Amino acid sequence: MSGLDGLYQEVILDHARRRSGQGLAEPVPEHACGESHQYNPTCGDEITVRVELAPGGTGAGAEPVVERITWEGEGCSISMAAASVLAETAPGMTRTDLLALIGEFRALLRSRGTAEPDEELLGDAAAFAGVSRFVARVKCAMLGWVAAEEALGRAG
Amino acid sequence: MVPTSGRNPAVPSQTVPPLTDSELRRIREDFPLLTGTAVGGAPLVYLDSGATSQKPVAVLDAEREFYLHRNAAVHRGAHSLAVEATDAYEEARRTVAGFVGATERELVWTSNATEAINLVAYAFSNAAAGRGGAAAERFRLGPGDEIVTTEAEHHANLIPWQELAARTGATLRWIPADDAGALDPAAAAEVIGDRTRVVAFTHVSNVTGAITDVAGLVELAREAGALTVLDACQSVPHLPVDLPGLGVDFAVFSGHKMLGPTGIGALYGRAELLDAMPPFLTGGSMITRVTMESAQYLPAPTRFEAGTQRIAQAVGLAEAVRYLQGIGMDRIAAHEHALGQRLAEGLAGMEGVRLVGPPPGTERVGLAAVDVAGVHAHDVGQVLDAAGVAVRVGHHCAQPLHRRLGLTATTRASTYLYNTAEDVDRFLTELAGVRAYFGAGDPR
Repeated sequence: MSGLDGLYQEVILDHARRRSGQGLAEPVPEHACGESHQYNPTCGDEITVRVELAPGGTGAGAEPVVERITWEGEGCSISMAAASVLAETAPGMTRTDLLALIGEFRALLRSRGTAEPDEELLGDAAAFAGVSRFVARVKCAMLGWVAAEEALGRAG
Repeated sequence: MVPTSGRNPAVPSQTVPPLTDSELRRIREDFPLLTGTAVGGAPLVYLDSGATSQKPVAVLDAEREFYLHRNAAVHRGAHSLAVEATDAYEEARRTVAGFVGATERELVWTSNATEAINLVAYAFSNAAAGRGGAAAERFRLGPGDEIVTTEAEHHANLIPWQELAARTGATLRWIPADDAGALDPAAAAEVIGDRTRVVAFTHVSNVTGAITDVAGLVELAREAGALTVLDACQSVPHLPVDLPGLGVDFAVFSGHKMLGPTGIGALYGRAELLDAMPPFLTGGSMITRVTMESAQYLPAPTRFEAGTQRIAQAVGLAEAVRYLQGIGMDRIAAHEHALGQRLAEGLAGMEGVRLVGPPPGTERVGLAAVDVAGVHAHDVGQVLDAAGVAVRVGHHCAQPLHRRLGLTATTRASTYLYNTAEDVDRFLTELAGVRAYFGAGDPR
């Protein structure tokens, strides 16, 4: 199974088991909150992602920051691990930061194995570099992240 | 019982010997793709013939020979080449019709089985719209009428009926599947009744491999005065099938699942029904007399074959049929019966694996789907693929059946005449290692 290990990195298998952020959390009433449901018709995987934003400081133009991301879904190890990684990585980020992270993740996954992951920016999400060589699985990895992107747009 | 049972004429006789090792070796030599290696370098084990079969060299050669020496448009033109092409095309029709016990008048070429079912559904709604005159009365559906299908169908034998119901105002009903994905005969008797006008059902489930008791459903449909439509996609390639003998009114199957090319399938219909049914696709080649206001149509099967036809594909499919006949469908069925039982036995005894459909020792074709506890089907398929084992993962175009079984996706292995017991064993060995790879079942 050695050819598989580039796909199923230990980090991914670990996240697929522990599933950080699983279970939709009730948002604090004052917080802005957005939700999105995504479905992959080829495999039936689905996910609902909820993004909760807290006010970000007092200065003029201060951006809200991600308080937490929670989700509920069913799918393969790649899709579940990707949602878990996002839930661990996103808290504390501004909206701009999170959109940049999602953009970087998307670019990595679409690279067909040619991109070097920016580990500082991506953190655990860098482990998905190997997924980009398995074109059929890119959608799996993106499922929760696309949901988060849409949920962010809907949050206040 | 709707699936299984020894009463089914499709069940291979115990006296027919399965293929010998030397026969299998010779057969495999006819399929160059099978002797190659998979992407990772491991020898390929192809267990996805339920999706599409591999093609023997003879079929590829027949298509090529047609294009090289006999290619022309059929049923038009007076030159010698057109006559030769037409002969080849109609000879192919006789061959394929004969393979399922039918005459050439009863076999309509379509692009695939999906188009064949849609042809019937659209012909019925054209009748409902008043087309086809008095002869088409029996195809007219409207409010109060019921179309019956089953919870075990491929989407291709469900959605065309949903749409027909929506177009005509008829009601769609279905025979429920039980916990094993089998059709409950008592429920079938309750669903099929006086209002039923159409009963559409599969001969062999593409998810469970179970064989439907066609005679039982045909009897219920006849008592109700309903027309029957049989999805024979997973039976015609693997079992000896006599469609008129089964007593169905219509049946569909596809070429690419039975060693033939893609782009061709067939609709079988009883001749008197086909001749009375209004056309679906209209245009060239299917008419007798055309004015600016209207047209008159040829009898079946030509009235359903508008436009330039799939000539080389028909020739290729006929060659595929001759190839299958050369081995014998009863022997292919016996071979796949053994492979199916080997699959079912291996899977039923595997820890953390749920075999859906008939238990071992019960009749099934060489097809089995499983749920692996704690591991998604896509992950299962990925691990198998890395070991050179090609299987299908997902809902296999049968979402309602998966929902009924409490699953979203399964892993399906499906055999054909070229598969060996070693293929099945490689699949079983690799599958047995999947849960450990993902740590499924480990304490968290």
